[in-house]
Amino acid sequence: MEEIQSLLHGFGVALSLTNVLLMFTGVVLGVIIGVLPGLGGANGVAILLPLTFGMAQQPGGATSAIILLSCIYWGALFGGAITSVLFNIPGEPWSVATTFDGYPLAQKGRAGNALTAAFTSSFVGALVAVIVITFLSPIVANFALAFGPPEFFAVYFLTFCAFVGTGKEPAFKTLASMMTGFALAAVGTDPVTGTLRLTFGSTHLLTGFDFLVAVIGLFGIGEILLTLEEGLAFKGAAAKINVRVVLETWKELPRYWLTSIRSSAVGCFMGIVPGGATPASFMSYGVARRFSPNGAKFGSGQVEGVVAPETAAHAAGTSALLPMITLGVPGSPTAAVLLGGLMIWGLQPGPLLFVEQKDFVWGLIASMYLGNIAGLIVVLTCVPLFAAILRVPFAVIAPIIMVLCAIGAFTVKNAIFDVWMMVVFGVLGYLFKKLQYPLAPMVLAIVLGDAAESSFRQAMLVSHGNLSVFFSNALVGSLTTLALALLLWPLAAWTLRKVKGD
Amino acid sequence: MSEGSGGRAALKVKAAELIVGGLFLALGLIVIADSVRLGTGWEEPYGPRPGYFPFYVGLIISVAAVATMLRALTIRPEKNRPFVELGQLKLVLAVLVPTAIYAAVVAWLGIFVSSALFIAFFMRWLGKYAWWKVVAVSLGAVVAFYLIFDAWFQVPLPKGPVEALFGIA
Repeated sequence: MEEIQSLLHGFGVALSLTNVLLMFTGVVLGVIIGVLPGLGGANGVAILLPLTFGMAQQPGGATSAIILLSCIYWGALFGGAITSVLFNIPGEPWSVATTFDGYPLAQKGRAGNALTAAFTSSFVGALVAVIVITFLSPIVANFALAFGPPEFFAVYFLTFCAFVGTGKEPAFKTLASMMTGFALAAVGTDPVTGTLRLTFGSTHLLTGFDFLVAVIGLFGIGEILLTLEEGLAFKGAAAKINVRVVLETWKELPRYWLTSIRSSAVGCFMGIVPGGATPASFMSYGVARRFSPNGAKFGSGQVEGVVAPETAAHAAGTSALLPMITLGVPGSPTAAVLLGGLMIWGLQPGPLLFVEQKDFVWGLIASMYLGNIAGLIVVLTCVPLFAAILRVPFAVIAPIIMVLCAIGAFTVKNAIFDVWMMVVFGVLGYLFKKLQYPLAPMVLAIVLGDAAESSFRQAMLVSHGNLSVFFSNALVGSLTTLALALLLWPLAAWTLRKVKGD
Repeated sequence: MSEGSGGRAALKVKAAELIVGGLFLALGLIVIADSVRLGTGWEEPYGPRPGYFPFYVGLIISVAAVATMLRALTIRPEKNRPFVELGQLKLVLAVLVPTAIYAAVVAWLGIFVSSALFIAFFMRWLGKYAWWKVVAVSLGAVVAFYLIFDAWFQVPLPKGPVEALFGIA
C-alpha cells in the first residue's frame, strides 16, 4: 500500500500551522465567493491567483499556494448551497438542482435541515472523490508516463468530444464555443514554428489571449449583467442551524445511503470525464427521483432531493482535479484555473508531477481530506454570517465585485488591455449564457489549445501526415473511438428521436 | 423576473441568435482567411504549416454558426420569446456603459481613483445612497484593495497622478 504511505507523508506536509491556517482562510474566502453573485469557483480563484505569485517563490510555497486555492474551490462548492436553500438563487450553476427541494424545505421552516443535509452530503461526495483520487491517480499517472503525442492528443480529443456528447446545450453551439476557444488560443505565436498568427499587426495580441482574463470576464462580469436583469433585491428565508437540527438531520441521512452511493458514482464519473459538476448534479437529481421510493414527492421539499445533487456536484468538482494533476487536462473551468496556477508557479502538470514533485502532489491530496473537513466545520458554524453577506444590497456589492474583477484581470499580465478584454468577454458571457452557448468548453479550449495543437502536429510529424496514428495501438485507438462515439452521440440521439417519434 | 416587469421586448430570441451566429461566422471566416495566408498544407520538414490547425478550427466555427443560424430561422413567430426586455436592457446598459468607461479611464487615473469613482457612481446613481455612505464605502473599499494587493501581497497595480501626490506611485 504505497499510496497510504505517500498519503501519510502528504498529511505531514499539509498539517503545518501555516497550511492549516491557509486552509481555513481559503474555505472562508471560498464560501464568500460562492455566496456572492458574479463570483464563483473559477473566477474567484482566478482573481486571487496573483496573491500566490509571491507565496509560491518560497521553498514549499507551491504546496501552500495550491492548498489555499483548492480550499477556496471547496469553499465555493459549499457556499453555492447556502444561497440555493435560503434565497432560491443558485450561487453556482451546480447548485441549481439543489434549489428544487432545498428552497421548499426552507419555506417549510426546515432550512437548517436542508443546509445540514446539503453540507453533509457535499462532504460525503467530496470524500468519496478524494479516496478515488488517492488510489486512482498514481495508477493513471504511471500509465500516462508512457504517453506520446498521439496518446496526449487522443486524451485532449476525448475531453472536448465529451463536452459535445454529455452537454445539455445544442451540439453546434458547444462546437462553436469550443472552437472559438481554440481560435483565441491560436492568437499570438505558433507553438511549433514561432510564426505570428491572427495578430493582424496588433502589439496587444502578440502574447495571445490569457484564459484567466476570459474566465474573469465570462463568469464574473457576464454573471453580474445576468443577475441585474432579475432585479436588485434578494429575499430570503432565515437561517438557523443549531446542534439539535444538525443531529436530527444526521440521524435521517443514513436512510439515503443508496442515493448517496449512486450520486457519488455519477459525480466521480462526470468529474473525471469532463462533464463537470453542473450536469452531474442534474443527472443525479434525475436518477434519484426515478429510483427513490418517494421520488414522486421530489420538488416539494424532500431531504433526499438535496442529498442527491449536492453529493454529485461535490464529487464531480473534486474528481475534476484527477485528470488535472495526472494528465494536465483539467475537468472543469476551476480545475483549469488551478492548472494555470501550477504553470505560473513553474510546475509542469502531468504524469511527471508524481515522480518529481511528490511533496506537492501528496500534500495537495492530503489537503483535500483536511480542506473538506475544515469546510464542513466552517459552513455548519457560520451559516448566518454568510447569509448576511447576501443581504448587502446589490448596488454596493456589484461595483466592488466589478473592481475586484478588473484588478484580477490587470494583474494577470500587468496590462490595461486585459481590463478592456475583460469587459468584452463580459458582454460575450452575457450573450452566450442567454443563448445557451456553454462557457466551459471555451475556457478549456483556450487553456489547452496550444498543447492540443502541438501534440497533434507532433503526432502528424511522426506519422508523416497519416491520421491512422490515432488508431496505431489499442490504447490510443480506444480513446479515439470513444471520443468519436461521444462526438457523434447527439447525431445518433437525434436520428433515433426522428425514427421513433414523428 | 422576466414576466410582470411588463417591458416590451427590445430584442427577440430569433434576432439575437442570428446576430450572435453572424458574429461567430465572421470570426470563423477571419480565422480561415489568416490560416490560408499562413499556409494550411504540409511543409517538409516541419510537418503541418502554422495555418493547418486554425484552418479547421475556423471551418468548424463557420459550419456551426451557419447551422445555428439555419435552426434559428425555423423558430416560429409564436415561439419567438423576447431575448431581453426594454427595462432589463436599460438596467444592463446602465451598468455596462459605466463599466466600459471605467475600464477606459484606468489607464489615466490609475486603478484606485477610478475604482473609487466607479463604486461611488454606482451607489449614488443606482442605489440612491446618502453621500456620506457613498464616500465611506468607496474610499473604504479602495483602501482595503490597496492594503491587500499592493502593500500586503505586493502585486503592483496601475497608479495615476493622485497616487503620485500621496507618494505611493
